[in-house]
Amino acid sequence: MRIEGLLSFLLLTGFGLIHGCQSPFAQGQELYISACANCHMDDGSGLEGLIPPLNGSNLIISQPELLPCIVRMGMEGPILVNGVVYNQVMTPVSGLNDVELANVLNYIQYEWGDKNIFYSPTQIQRIVANCNEGTVHIKTEGME
Amino acid sequence: MRNLNVLFMLLLLSMFAACHPPEGCQILPILGNRDIQGTDTIYPVIPTFEFVDQDSQIVTNQTFANKVYVVDFFFISCPTICPKVKKQMLRVYKRFEQEPRLVLLSHTIDVRHDTIPRLKSYSDKLNVKTDRWHFVTGPEEDIYQIAGNYFSVAQKDPNSPGGFDHSGRLILIDEKRYVRSFCDGTDPESVDQFMKDIQCLLDEN
Repeated sequence: MRIEGLLSFLLLTGFGLIHGCQSPFAQGQELYISACANCHMDDGSGLEGLIPPLNGSNLIISQPELLPCIVRMGMEGPILVNGVVYNQVMTPVSGLNDVELANVLNYIQYEWGDKNIFYSPTQIQRIVANCNEGTVHIKTEGME
Repeated sequence: MRNLNVLFMLLLLSMFAACHPPEGCQILPILGNRDIQGTDTIYPVIPTFEFVDQDSQIVTNQTFANKVYVVDFFFISCPTICPKVKKQMLRVYKRFEQEPRLVLLSHTIDVRHDTIPRLKSYSDKLNVKTDRWHFVTGPEEDIYQIAGNYFSVAQKDPNSPGGFDHSGRLILIDEKRYVRSFCDGTDPESVDQFMKDIQCLLDEN
């Protein structure tokens, strides 16, 4: 009986762990894997000096209002992330509607940024309506 | 109850066994279609080639004399698998950084855009040494043709994202120019095994 109890405990703990690992932004996670992970990697770590990380990035926390425009319009020019200058063109991510964009950005913030930052579809709509024409150029302090 | 005990022990044992695969190396096979001529077996070898790397140096088979090398195909503006493959190539580079007998060779398949200065800038940002990781360009048809010798696909395809179709394989070549192993460069677990193969090949020599 003791063994059965132990087995049930292990099974339940295992289930709890697996369940606990799931992001509350399941659609965002799926969209991230299909639209972002090729470059920013599944774990958000980026690629050395070529592609900036999202995981632990100071920029996504300090300037969250930039992200919807970067994803929608693309980005070019130098950018300083965690003390490293990156300068690769990011092409616009097409095919995400405002709700999907909110989900993917909420996933990114929840996993690697600030869990308190939340984008509602209405906010996304308002932000992207005010994106400048063309790709985003970021002015980052502390960069030559 | 006894059955349950046995089951539990078996479960524990199998978990233990799964975490400890047998160590040690087997001789890696020579890959590719063999040709038997009389009593001789002829294995396919990588043909002679001549490309130019990010430091404008000529890179030929001689560059890899007495070395083993790892090959991939990519292009800088690639919107699909290339960054993931490069991340894994970088893992291989770092894992064998202190082993001068291993060299990496990346071929661009977009020779029009990926000029030598761009390849230089790309490799500088990855913070790697040219003599350990060559990023090469050359005549387009030569690159597409040699991809086949490395069991890889590289070709123009206007329907593919970015305009090129290519496979994300990493291929391991020995000092006699035989292909000895390959893996899926987008899959970290596949690359784990590949790095074991590299170590085994280095230990062979």
